[in-house]
Amino acid sequence: MALAGTRSIGQAALALAIALFLSVFLVMPVATVIYVAFTEKGGGALTLVNFQDFARTDLFVRSFWNSIYVSAMTVVWASALALPLAYLTTRFEFRGAMLVQTLGFLPLVMPPFVGAVAMQLLFGRNGSVNLLLDEWFDFKIGFMEGLNGVIFLQAIHYFPFILVNLSAALRNIDRSMEEAAQNLGSHGLRLFRRIALPLALPGYIAGASLVFVKVFDDVATPLLLNVKEMLAPQAYLRITSIGIDDPMGYVISVVLIGVAVATMWASALVLKGKDYATTQRGGGGLARRKLKPRESFLAYAVVILILALVLAPHVGLLLLSFATVWSFSPLPDGYTLAHYARVLGDSSIYIKNTLLYSSLAAGIDVAIGGAIAYLVLRTKLPGRQWLDWAASTALAVPGVVLGIGYLRAFYGVKMPDGTPLAALWIVIVLAIAIRRLPYALRAAYAALQQISVSLEEAAENLGATKARTVRRIVIPLMTGGLLAGFVTSFATAAVELSAVLMLVQSNSDAPLAYGLYVLMQTPAGRGAGAALGVIAVVIVAICMGLAQLAADRSQRARGLDI
Amino acid sequence: MSKAVGIEIAGVNLSYGATHVLKDVDLAVRPGEFFAFLGPSGCGKTTLLRLIAGFAQAQTGQVLLDGRDVAPLPPWKRDVGMVFQSYALWPHMTVAKNVAFGLEERRLPRAEIDRRVAQALDLVGLADLAGRRPAQLSGGQQQRVAVARTIAIEPKVLLLDEPLSNLDAKMRVGVRRELRALQQRLGLTTIFVTHDQEEANTICDRIAVMDAGTIRQVGTPMELYEKPANLFVASFLGSANILGDGHGISVPAGKRLVFRPQHASLSPVDGAALRGPVTHREFLGAAVRYSVRVGDNEILVEAPFQSGGELRAVGDRVGVALPPERMLYLPA
Repeated sequence: MALAGTRSIGQAALALAIALFLSVFLVMPVATVIYVAFTEKGGGALTLVNFQDFARTDLFVRSFWNSIYVSAMTVVWASALALPLAYLTTRFEFRGAMLVQTLGFLPLVMPPFVGAVAMQLLFGRNGSVNLLLDEWFDFKIGFMEGLNGVIFLQAIHYFPFILVNLSAALRNIDRSMEEAAQNLGSHGLRLFRRIALPLALPGYIAGASLVFVKVFDDVATPLLLNVKEMLAPQAYLRITSIGIDDPMGYVISVVLIGVAVATMWASALVLKGKDYATTQRGGGGLARRKLKPRESFLAYAVVILILALVLAPHVGLLLLSFATVWSFSPLPDGYTLAHYARVLGDSSIYIKNTLLYSSLAAGIDVAIGGAIAYLVLRTKLPGRQWLDWAASTALAVPGVVLGIGYLRAFYGVKMPDGTPLAALWIVIVLAIAIRRLPYALRAAYAALQQISVSLEEAAENLGATKARTVRRIVIPLMTGGLLAGFVTSFATAAVELSAVLMLVQSNSDAPLAYGLYVLMQTPAGRGAGAALGVIAVVIVAICMGLAQLAADRSQRARGLDI
Repeated sequence: MSKAVGIEIAGVNLSYGATHVLKDVDLAVRPGEFFAFLGPSGCGKTTLLRLIAGFAQAQTGQVLLDGRDVAPLPPWKRDVGMVFQSYALWPHMTVAKNVAFGLEERRLPRAEIDRRVAQALDLVGLADLAGRRPAQLSGGQQQRVAVARTIAIEPKVLLLDEPLSNLDAKMRVGVRRELRALQQRLGLTTIFVTHDQEEANTICDRIAVMDAGTIRQVGTPMELYEKPANLFVASFLGSANILGDGHGISVPAGKRLVFRPQHASLSPVDGAALRGPVTHREFLGAAVRYSVRVGDNEILVEAPFQSGGELRAVGDRVGVALPPERMLYLPA
């Protein structure tokens, strides 16, 4: 039994190291935030007085309801965009389906704050669309007025989350479900409503709750649209304008966490006992029929309209990055490369920082995610499930809260030369890594679950130790999945802003997303900001392509039988 | 090849949580023997195999390989070659790489590895497919790669976990003969797990019949068929008629009368101890199978079919004759 002992000592040491990392960089900062929210300012006594202050302050209450309203309306509008597309692509032989599929990647390629200013220029009161409407038809539409602007922008950015989840769920429905309904006399839209939609409900709820939380936690998009009366922006403004000792920022943080947890809890509650994953799959998904010419025309019109909306921020950003002056006119007055010259010249530090931070963060995520997946799925270590839960709680922690937690928890910790730990750039990397960890963890799980345990047992049977088996069998077979996880983490880390916003202490340590945010604040900086945005989109798009390639490769290398 | 080793299993109990998977298992497999664990699914036969390979841990008892307790050895120190039901070929390695794996783990010199890989692939007749990936092979070829990979390390014993279950019915007969021939050539102690009595009967020297975590009987295929020790073995291997007392033949208390359908014959009603109406008649080709209701039992009788021979019809009252030497009395 001595051997078994040394084996689990190695595993235990690994698990402890991960547990330590998660406690210091996730649990402790968040716990600090919650603790501060519940203690008296200046004193140490536990109190609810901060929450009473929050509830008595009109601004905060208004911000809270604004945030709820914006998130809910975003879900409504995103659903309105996603439902017809999901219906079209799963029920009909539709050549535009591929086009719709690629929409799914767009929100990953460009988060909403990047395109916010460009969207103002396209859809604002004096933006291209309204100028043209005014000229031709003599009216304007308030797409971007106040909260509407946030809803509009968030909905066209986030509806693919609903689309992807919903269509995946629709595709997973066993064809016999539908055939049984047809056999009993149901068909068409009625069948879709009574059988397909209820079966796909889990997918829809998953997507919708994700959108709700993402919108609720977003700091930068409202701020760039000059909407300050929402909860997440208030947390940021409070801490940056009044200081890290003011309890209100922490109270707001606790409310943000509470809403995120409540949303996930509610969606889990709704989904309880509704895991319809059909195991015996007869035909793949619902039967599809061909569209008649007129239907086909309509379908394309819908897809193209939505596609135009989705691409608008990208087009606007591109125009803005080349524009000399763009104001009160449908298109820029002239075009220039000066913004790119500026960005690649004195602002290139942003790009350098982004590449460094993102690769470090993605590396940390893949290493920790892979290790947790292995410990949970392949060992009997007591308490291993806790690592998974701990890492996954990062999903419920808004970026701005994590940022505030880091500031508060690590500002007092001084380096030997007297600089606070929170001011070091590595802290930014760690914050990004923690934010992306749940996604890398899922990727690692998926990669490991595809490997049959007997492949590892065969290696042990032929004389390979646990460690050798990991090295020669597990890691090579997981490579594709881990690589895809790495690139996805890298790409999304490159445009992470809400935590970064709190933690950047000097411009020389700032990543691209931060630089973009700062530049976009002033009309003079917009061009350069847009140029940075375009560069970010290109970096991320290349990464996404690589991730897809890696996933395809490993699928092929794996062969047909596994 | 080194000399064949024996396997002894003594007093093994194994539970997963509340499920008692193996109950007081005792067993001895002789050196060089082709041995089968036979039983319905869930009887614990695969668990027993995994216990020998080191993938399961028993709460009590011992597994002795060549007289040595292997409990402290992890799977990779046991030298027990196992062929997995799914074959478990590594999709990222070629056939040759798969076969070389165990030898590389033993840090053998490259030349030695190459020689033994070639030898193992030769033995299974796949020498010219060495550069292929597993996904490019047929099911039968994959199975042979899995065998080659295992015998390449020259294991002390060979464990086969339902190796034929992923092959189509036609291939099974051929592959099982190959396996038997290979085992004979290598003289390797081999355990074969199966739920198919025909597979076990045709290639194994001895069989352990398992049920619900216990071994019900160990013996050669013929012994098990002719002299089953209990009702489970009697009815699991071939069909058997089982009768209690009070049907015309006296059966001792606590026992049951057991006989095979093909050992019984139909006789005139008069003077027959067992009698009743024919309820079904099925034509099987070489034989005709009658169901005769005796009391509340349906007794099966298989009569050889001869062209022009006399047949009984459903509803006829018949007697069932039994030679005394074919009557077995087994504990209920």
